[in-house]
Amino acid sequence: MMDHPNIQPKDILAKAETLRGSLSMGFRDEIVKSIYSEVEKVARRAVKPSKDRKYDFDQKIDRLVTSPITGLPIMLILLGLIIWLTVTGANIPSQMIANALFKFGDWARALFISWNVPWWITGFIWDGVYLALAWVVSVMLPPMAIFFPAFTFLEDLGYLPRVAFNLDWLFKKAGAHGKQSLTMAMGFGCNAAGVVATRVIDSPRERLIAILTNNFVPCNGRFPTLIMLATVFVAAAFPPALTSLVAAGTVVGVVLVGVAFTFLMSWILSRTILKGEASAFTLELPPFRRPNFGRILYTSLIDRTIFVLWRAMQTAAPAGAVIWILANVPFGDTTLANIIVQWLNPFGFLLGLDGVILLAYIIAIPANEIVVPTMMMLYTGAGMMIDGPGTSTGIYNLLVNANGWTMLTAVNLMLFSLLHNPCATTIITIYKETKSWKWAGVSVLITLGTAFLVTFLTASAARLLSWA
Amino acid sequence: MPTEHCEECPAFYHLEQMGFKIGNFDRVVALAGNPNTGKSTLFNSLTGLKQHTGNWPGKTVTRAEGGYQFNGVRYKLVDLPGTYSLLSASQDEEVARDFILFGQPDCTIVVTDATALERNLNLVIQVMEITDHVVVAVNLMDEARRKGLEVDTRSLSRDLGIPAVPVTARTGEGIHTLLATVADVIQGEVPINPMHVAGTPEFQKAVNELAPMIEHLAPGVPNARWLAIRLLDGDARVQNAITSGELGEIVARQRRTDVQFSKKMSVEGRQ
Repeated sequence: MMDHPNIQPKDILAKAETLRGSLSMGFRDEIVKSIYSEVEKVARRAVKPSKDRKYDFDQKIDRLVTSPITGLPIMLILLGLIIWLTVTGANIPSQMIANALFKFGDWARALFISWNVPWWITGFIWDGVYLALAWVVSVMLPPMAIFFPAFTFLEDLGYLPRVAFNLDWLFKKAGAHGKQSLTMAMGFGCNAAGVVATRVIDSPRERLIAILTNNFVPCNGRFPTLIMLATVFVAAAFPPALTSLVAAGTVVGVVLVGVAFTFLMSWILSRTILKGEASAFTLELPPFRRPNFGRILYTSLIDRTIFVLWRAMQTAAPAGAVIWILANVPFGDTTLANIIVQWLNPFGFLLGLDGVILLAYIIAIPANEIVVPTMMMLYTGAGMMIDGPGTSTGIYNLLVNANGWTMLTAVNLMLFSLLHNPCATTIITIYKETKSWKWAGVSVLITLGTAFLVTFLTASAARLLSWA
Repeated sequence: MPTEHCEECPAFYHLEQMGFKIGNFDRVVALAGNPNTGKSTLFNSLTGLKQHTGNWPGKTVTRAEGGYQFNGVRYKLVDLPGTYSLLSASQDEEVARDFILFGQPDCTIVVTDATALERNLNLVIQVMEITDHVVVAVNLMDEARRKGLEVDTRSLSRDLGIPAVPVTARTGEGIHTLLATVADVIQGEVPINPMHVAGTPEFQKAVNELAPMIEHLAPGVPNARWLAIRLLDGDARVQNAITSGELGEIVARQRRTDVQFSKKMSVEGRQ
């Protein structure tokens, strides 16, 4: 080059800086796009279209599920379908399991009394530990046994990468990594698993965003709470024929609110403490495979359902013991549970909730699964039985007639359940993955702060407009 | 195209697996490709090693090395982590890209999946931006046939401007044609005219302004165009290589080994 007699490295870097300014912001995307269009042409010439009909069919399906027009609606329909299956399928088995387990509890309690076992041993075992276990199993097992196989089916089919493909532009707008939709999807199963799954995200900044926002999608431990509230409160206002549809629709709505908060928080984080641009990535859409049903049942029932249920039972048993002690050990002329509940009540009222709900959430920090059982036991004073445990009317009577719940309580509890702090397992997982208590702390602050703020706003708005 | 029986005939070729004995090699060949295209299977069948073939994101971030001897020339074979692209800077992509760029292999084999050629070609195009010495191995031809796909490697070769060889690494089909092609590419006995992606006009203009400056700084650098693109993208690793003088050293080192090798070859009378 005659016009550059003596080029120094710094000249080249400076020139690159200037030239970069002359390019439009999206030039990286332009390069990727032109690579793709070239490649498509070359491949079309080199590969003769298959005569295999199945291959054609696969491609047609793929076009449909990843199209900008039909991709998102199909996703919503699949999500709605899974939740509807879970809601309708879990209802009756839940009641049957609850009936059987509570009957056994009654029988065992009677047996203990007839043996003249001291009241506090009988109470501690059967009204504390056993009752909590019975609630957890009846509330959690049926929904999980339906949700996990359905979710694993979609996973094995190869649908999840398509979800990532469909949602990529949204995550990019939020300044996050497109693979975050994969980790978000894993979060529906378990948020701790979702946090571990963020390892597929290479950029540390985007990985942190994915970790900190994973908790905004409800995990399997929180689905039963949402399903119960949607069935007992929202759907109860509709004709019986529509109950399951309305309940499923409500849960889908709550899930979408969670997804919206994931985007919102990712957007806020990527513009404040985790500044940066979204990075490009290539994601393989694996061929659709016919899932192996035996393997799906094994993975989802043994590896997931039983594993999660066992974890829930391990926390439910000590939680049941704690609840029984709080509710039965006299403290002056009342019980410790009452004192804490009274103390939490004003704060709970501000959030459209009450002291019992907040205490239940404190006790349920080890595992979200036990929130509903804890609430029920605190309301009943751990011992008093309610009519038709596990049935909608039984729960409705207990909550509304005996404890003054309103629609606002139900809606805000759903929001709180969706947005509140991660369970202990997830917090520890965040620490392990980030090697930092700071980020684990940030995850708690972000979620709890959002939960308090949102429920406070909805409660205040509802009261101002005198809806509640 | 030689038949299967030709390939088995000792008069046709001399392939010797050398395993880890790679201390004294003449040429370096890199194996790149998407995950699960059979790179490691090919690596194992050439070197006689038993590299673990399982693969999932984040696991393979290092490279495996082995050796083989073909027609009297000793090759060091470097198995790079499977990647979908060389554009974004994840750890495994970094390893693969750094080796193709700064390790200066004499030839890079990009292993592709015949049943998903379109997806695999993205990487081929990106490797072609870095180096001209590329051979595409269209692997899994047996699976493609089973799916009723016909892959025309001659059309592929013509469009890409580099050799494309159909292989089935699992059975060894086409391996020797592949190795002969690699040897030919290194010797410059195959016409190569790699296709380059155009991009927008202003992007073209920027690359055309920057690339000659890089060539001027390091005369003889084979991938000035790609380096220019990376600089436009603000790639810290490439900026570093240019300011530290690493680039010039690489080019000089490459020159020396080339001279040494042709001297040696002419002494031994194989060329």
